[in-house]
Amino acid sequence: METFLALAIPGLFTGAAYAIAASGLVLTYTTTRVFNIAHGAFGMVLSFVFWDLSVRQGWDPLLALVVVILVIAPLIGFVVQRLITRGLGNAPVSVSLVVTVGMFVGLVGLAQQRWPEDRVEVDAPRFVEPFWLTFADGDGVPGWQIGGTTITGHQLITILASIAVAAALYLLLTRTRIGTAMRASVDNPDLLRLFGGKPDDAAALAWMIGMSLAALTGILMVSVVGLSYVDLTLLVVNAYAAALVGRLKSLPMTFVGAMVIGVVEALVAGYSVDNELLATIKPAVVPLVLFVVIVAMPQAQLRIGQVKGMVSAPVPTVPRMGVSAGAVLLVTAMVVATGSEVTLLRLGTAATFAIVMLSLVLLTGYGGHVSLAQLTFAGVGALAYAKLGEPNLLGLGVAVLVAAAVGALVALPVLRLTGLYLALATLAFAVVMEKIVFKNDTIGFGTGGAVEAQRLSILGYRFESTGSYVFVMVALFLLVGVAVLLVRRGVVGRMLIAMRDSPAACGTLGLDLRWFRVGLFAASAGIAGLAGALLAGLRGVIGDTDFVFFNSLPLLLLAVVFGITSVTGATLGGIGLMLLPVLQAESVGGVPLGGVMFMVIGLGAVLAGRDPNGLSSYLFRGGRWVEQRLRTRLSASLPQLPPAGADDVHEDAEEPVAAPARVEVGPGVPARG
Amino acid sequence: MSVPILEVCDLTAAYGRIEVLRGVDLTVPRGAVVALLGPNGAGKSTLVQCISGQKEPTGGDIHLAGVNVRRAAPEDLARVGLCTVPEGRSVFPNLTVEENLQLMSYAGVPAAAVFETAYTYFPRLAERRKQLAGTMSGGEQQMLAMSRALASDPALLLLDELSMGLAPLIVEELYDTVARIAETGVSILCIEQFARTALRVSDYAAVMVGGRVVATGEPDEVLESMSDVILGGAA
Repeated sequence: METFLALAIPGLFTGAAYAIAASGLVLTYTTTRVFNIAHGAFGMVLSFVFWDLSVRQGWDPLLALVVVILVIAPLIGFVVQRLITRGLGNAPVSVSLVVTVGMFVGLVGLAQQRWPEDRVEVDAPRFVEPFWLTFADGDGVPGWQIGGTTITGHQLITILASIAVAAALYLLLTRTRIGTAMRASVDNPDLLRLFGGKPDDAAALAWMIGMSLAALTGILMVSVVGLSYVDLTLLVVNAYAAALVGRLKSLPMTFVGAMVIGVVEALVAGYSVDNELLATIKPAVVPLVLFVVIVAMPQAQLRIGQVKGMVSAPVPTVPRMGVSAGAVLLVTAMVVATGSEVTLLRLGTAATFAIVMLSLVLLTGYGGHVSLAQLTFAGVGALAYAKLGEPNLLGLGVAVLVAAAVGALVALPVLRLTGLYLALATLAFAVVMEKIVFKNDTIGFGTGGAVEAQRLSILGYRFESTGSYVFVMVALFLLVGVAVLLVRRGVVGRMLIAMRDSPAACGTLGLDLRWFRVGLFAASAGIAGLAGALLAGLRGVIGDTDFVFFNSLPLLLLAVVFGITSVTGATLGGIGLMLLPVLQAESVGGVPLGGVMFMVIGLGAVLAGRDPNGLSSYLFRGGRWVEQRLRTRLSASLPQLPPAGADDVHEDAEEPVAAPARVEVGPGVPARG
Repeated sequence: MSVPILEVCDLTAAYGRIEVLRGVDLTVPRGAVVALLGPNGAGKSTLVQCISGQKEPTGGDIHLAGVNVRRAAPEDLARVGLCTVPEGRSVFPNLTVEENLQLMSYAGVPAAAVFETAYTYFPRLAERRKQLAGTMSGGEQQMLAMSRALASDPALLLLDELSMGLAPLIVEELYDTVARIAETGVSILCIEQFARTALRVSDYAAVMVGGRVVATGEPDEVLESMSDVILGGAA
């Protein structure tokens, strides 16, 4: 019992920090209906700002703390609300989520650019200590003995801060008019305006407070996890779990959830010393909790009247598909014939990403479900292909089926969920896979982190050269692309669009969408698995670092930026994602492009996220314009045919208007009455 | 003759390409109750949305007490004394009665005074002050909505389909309240399909058909001449 308490009590303190983060998340979500995936990333960047001010610029730590939390963070929150997230709450989840994913990627890029990691890690872990430790007893033992546990000054401050935050939020939301207005603006912002309230101000206030809380959490957690942009950013997963315990609306339940998560995490860490099972799940215990919480959530009510007029990209005709596919193959053939090995490998990588994006076209573009685990499914496919050691169509097929089966397995427990909850469940799944399964020696990539794979052979012909293999990859991409388009044109495609536009209407038509959704998820995971298997063959050696779940975010992002509703978008997105690291290594006029690329892409998503068809839609519009010009020119060259009955004018002289009136119907084109 | 509290001149509005208001002219004299009648789709609610600032008109002008307010935001209009009760239940269902009342103080009257007026007029609301508004009956919700009209001391009150989805008896009670508000000198424009009930409390009536005001005058005259339009030929 004593060890139990000794292990559990420190958990309460980390739990307190999670509670602060989660309450900020809940506040912004309840007021504006935007779930801020980038909450942790903002906390991370603001901790870096705090470090920069207090250590590098030599400010007094307390002054730096006040400036960051009470000036910089609210300012950023205000700007973000006004420029980026305003009005996003009414958008479909696939849009609002992607915009915050864009901010996430952009912020991580910003941090990489501004504070390159190596320099930070040198003095990172200690940077807040001088400030916090002044609260301890000061002679080498930082803290007080309470029972059998040592409580450090830092822990005490964390828990006091969380109590203060809880009390302040309670008073704000229940005792002030602006707090009431914040809750009212969730119910009905238009009505609030008729009352004379300003929903926009309520939203801005929520974002300002949320940002301050993110900063506070980040700064409090730095001394626990260090000043690392990945670790600090991903702490937010714990906050997601806590926020979901409170069902994204109840702050008290959120606090309870945060404490429970903190304690569970501490207990697992403590007991895992002599327990192998616990040691295995230790790195992923919070994502597991997140997954369980989401699965246990009560079924969301079907929302009625949620048709959001999302205009889909045009579906091309079969001949046009053929022409486009031929053109892509031709270009590929030219690159294969002339390109260097490096170029070919890049092209292969682009094809891989493009195939994964096709899986998103099916799932997100058509189906309206957001998955944050597509690269994980690709990893499953790669793993299956490599472990099977059958480098032929059979092996490829098995890899696809294994990935599809895993996809279905994920979808099964969460098939009641939609939108945000589904996306977060896939996120939790991705983290669990990465931390537990991929690291496993027997079923995963193992401790070495890599397995070997061979290149594909089809009907006995082995595509040994990189050029021929890449050609096959592109051909398979086109095949899948055409398949996706054909699905869209058929009955299944209509069901997908119907499901995306109005699940409630589908329900009244008697369609059971749950199993349909599982199938959709499986198909999408299977396509991603195909991409992974092909990548394994291309590289020869494949490892868990190729499928870090973190990278699923830029993948989703680029898919949306270039157009998640079209195969064209997937093609461009695949090339874009491949070029990203290439361009990053370049520098322009001595300025390394580095994180700038991520920032640009993040901003691109924020802008393009508002057009559901992405950049491709501009391409389509341009194409239609050219086509129309050609068509008018073509019809202008046709001879003017006399309208039917034009010769009879002399017989019916009293009504001569009929003929000229008809000519106006279509310039140059004879109208037939 | 003082400046009318509301004067709408040649107002046009459209949803996309569909023109809903095609040159509406309407005047509400100071202190008068005007009933705006008309069949479904005549553009009555769109007119209310334009006046209250929720929808931007495509042309024409709206004068409130002589000032052109065509481009004003709804919250600003609400703060200068325009009280709009939109159709449907215009309460916040997830807030308690008391919190709903608290938000009414944005219009300028202190919250304490709002509570007092509301609870005096509707003692039933006082009993339910801690209850979530969404869990009350339709009639009680409409009482809560009317509390804003009573307590916020508006210069002009816009009522859109008060009767929607309510039992006739409750509608009668609500219009008694409207009459009482009118007695305090508040100008009222009320839109109603229950023509007879609305005309009972109004000084003037206007009839809208196809995006235009086609008739105005004393309630009796209008009812006489336009009964086929207003009542759809049923009366």
